[in-house]
Amino acid sequence: MKETITGAEALMRSLENEGVDVMFGYPGGAIMPTFDALYDHSKTLNHILVRHEQAAAHAAQGYARVSGKVGVCLVTSGPGVTNTITGIADAMMDSTPIVVIAGQVGASFLGSDAFQEVDLVGVTQPISKWAYQIRRPEDVAWAVSRAFYIARSGRPGPVVLDFAKNAQVGMVEYEPQHIDFIRGYVPEPDIDPVAISEAAAMINAAKRPLVLVGQGVELGNAQDEMREFLETADMPAGCTLLGLSALPSEHLLNVGMLGMHGSLASNVKTQECDLLIAVGMRFDDRITGKLATYATQAKKIHFDIDPSEINKNVKVDLAVLGDCKQTLAQVNKLLKKNSHTEWIESFKPYFEKERTVVIEKEIHPTEGPIKMGEVVNVVTQQTGNKAIMVTDVGQNQMMAARYFKFTQCRSVVTSGGMGTMGFGTPAGIGAAFGAPDRDVCVFLGDGGLQMTIQELGTIMENQVPVKLILLNNNYLGNVRQWQAMFFNRRYSFTPMTNPDFMKIAEAYRIPCQTVIDRKDLAAAVRTMMDTKGPYLLQVAVEEEGNVLPMCAPGHDVDDMMLEFK
Amino acid sequence: MEQESKTLYTILVFSENLAGLLNQITAVFTRRQVNIESLNVSASSIKGIHKYTITCYSDEETIDKITRQIEKKIDVLQANYYTDDEIFIQECGLFKISTPTMLNEKGISRQIRLHDANIVEVNPTYAIVTKTGLTEDIESLYAALQEFKCVLQYVRSGRIAITKSRREHISDYINEREEKHRQLTMEN
Repeated sequence: MKETITGAEALMRSLENEGVDVMFGYPGGAIMPTFDALYDHSKTLNHILVRHEQAAAHAAQGYARVSGKVGVCLVTSGPGVTNTITGIADAMMDSTPIVVIAGQVGASFLGSDAFQEVDLVGVTQPISKWAYQIRRPEDVAWAVSRAFYIARSGRPGPVVLDFAKNAQVGMVEYEPQHIDFIRGYVPEPDIDPVAISEAAAMINAAKRPLVLVGQGVELGNAQDEMREFLETADMPAGCTLLGLSALPSEHLLNVGMLGMHGSLASNVKTQECDLLIAVGMRFDDRITGKLATYATQAKKIHFDIDPSEINKNVKVDLAVLGDCKQTLAQVNKLLKKNSHTEWIESFKPYFEKERTVVIEKEIHPTEGPIKMGEVVNVVTQQTGNKAIMVTDVGQNQMMAARYFKFTQCRSVVTSGGMGTMGFGTPAGIGAAFGAPDRDVCVFLGDGGLQMTIQELGTIMENQVPVKLILLNNNYLGNVRQWQAMFFNRRYSFTPMTNPDFMKIAEAYRIPCQTVIDRKDLAAAVRTMMDTKGPYLLQVAVEEEGNVLPMCAPGHDVDDMMLEFK
Repeated sequence: MEQESKTLYTILVFSENLAGLLNQITAVFTRRQVNIESLNVSASSIKGIHKYTITCYSDEETIDKITRQIEKKIDVLQANYYTDDEIFIQECGLFKISTPTMLNEKGISRQIRLHDANIVEVNPTYAIVTKTGLTEDIESLYAALQEFKCVLQYVRSGRIAITKSRREHISDYINEREEKHRQLTMEN
């Protein structure tokens, strides 16, 4: 006989059934029956109490990004779940699988403006992959299984479950569900063999091919297939921000990050290649610069799992739909062993130019205040390029992306599409739970740290071993840089009067240190990495440092500013 | 003005019968700032599946993106767009006409006959006239009746449409998907 249990208990068992071991959340009125059920499952479902629900969503994102599993949040109705909205939208933009479970008023109160009622499905439908209201305990097992299936399959994304209180307390004969099919949902389009052979023919015939590696390669676990693809056809490849760890940074064919603050060579050569091959990326405006002039000389192939991405921003000559782990493998079988030495050599002068004009000054300065890039460089070196890089948003993010090096996949946790300030600290917490054996280095600015600074409490309570590196310039640095470049240095509300971050860290009993002199930097980073558990390293960096090179918005992608005085 | 450079497209959408889908579908148009000209939602010939007939003025590039974004919604089965020459179209107009005016003006009943419309109800106060056809047929009758200042109420329905194609794409799709499900179930 089936066991009769509450809807809340059915949720616990359904979560266990999905292999959930960690979740991030915050209790409140409408989710109390579920938190009560959780009390008896705390051995299997490790619930991390955050200090604000926004952090629960970002932590779930960080967890999902590094582990490849679905991140879970559990919050209450109304303000509890509206606080997660930023994280849901962020996960949608960056294709991150999370399931947000929120309490809701009882079904009989729905629509009556009851206490802490919000039309959650209405609010989250445009920013989630699926949003569903569970109104009956009978629907719990089905909805949870469907939610996890939708979140992790195909192009991953956030799913919202709005869990009415009566469905939490009502009784149900529980039976586990395993959904792996939805009639109207095709997570992976069928692979078209004609597209595969056409792609191979185009690549075999190309003289100057350039590959754009996106996060889809990580999401599809296609890093090996990508390497074989590049090495067989001898093709240089640039990575998007979210795709940075899909290809080892030091791989000979890796020509650096693409886009606004990417490498000079990758952007210049985008305008010279004869074949552009995009894999698992979506031609964001931060990658393409001015669309009308973007790689117009090149034929283009787009590998993607999501048909709605094809021709969305950049018109392509050939679409190869499907999971890139399979499509790349199939194309690989048809690729000629090729050599494009002359083409690859032609990147070198641009590497050299960027190195002398930009990189050396940023990572090996000998005088003046400490530079952000040099801090990132020391951290990546001392972690043997093996750590997970988490960033907040702004200059800290771009500098980390430019100078952190990667040897392992799933090592980048950053808010790409949304550019969510305040993302770094909670996402770092999630990453630490998602990859407990790895070092997690979180790069933050003084602005972003203060947006979710309350999470130092979560770090303290759980002794989360995150290394927080605060690159403090007493400015909202990226906006200040744009004000300097495009608004005649009118620093409208970008200077910041900051608190004593050391005292804050001490109040949370987090070991900390401030570095002002260059000579102390390496030792301080060593101390941070050697300290077990959390650490906050504050580095006083150049106040008016700029992220360079830069392709100004709306400019041709190869029109890169190398210096700004 | 906007309409001059654009084509009237009809999007046919098939979806599961789940709450909230209409919202999701219309939001795609809103995001791309395309106005919906008409919208009809009703049961389809297949049990449990709803059919949406949506018309809007757009260019082919935009309508293609809109259609794919609609189809991306989890419980949307299929979305396709058509131009008028690819579908059979029907709309319906309802007119409430003042009976005293109609009795005084002989031209009114003549116009009703000329337009091949039907009088479905008459009482001393008003008569109800229905007219099915294309937008222009119905509007033509409306314009003619307006000459006599006899129209008390007028409403024109959204378009409904059936494709001219010899293949039934939605049935093929459902069969394919169900075959896939059978294979999946067998593998497990």
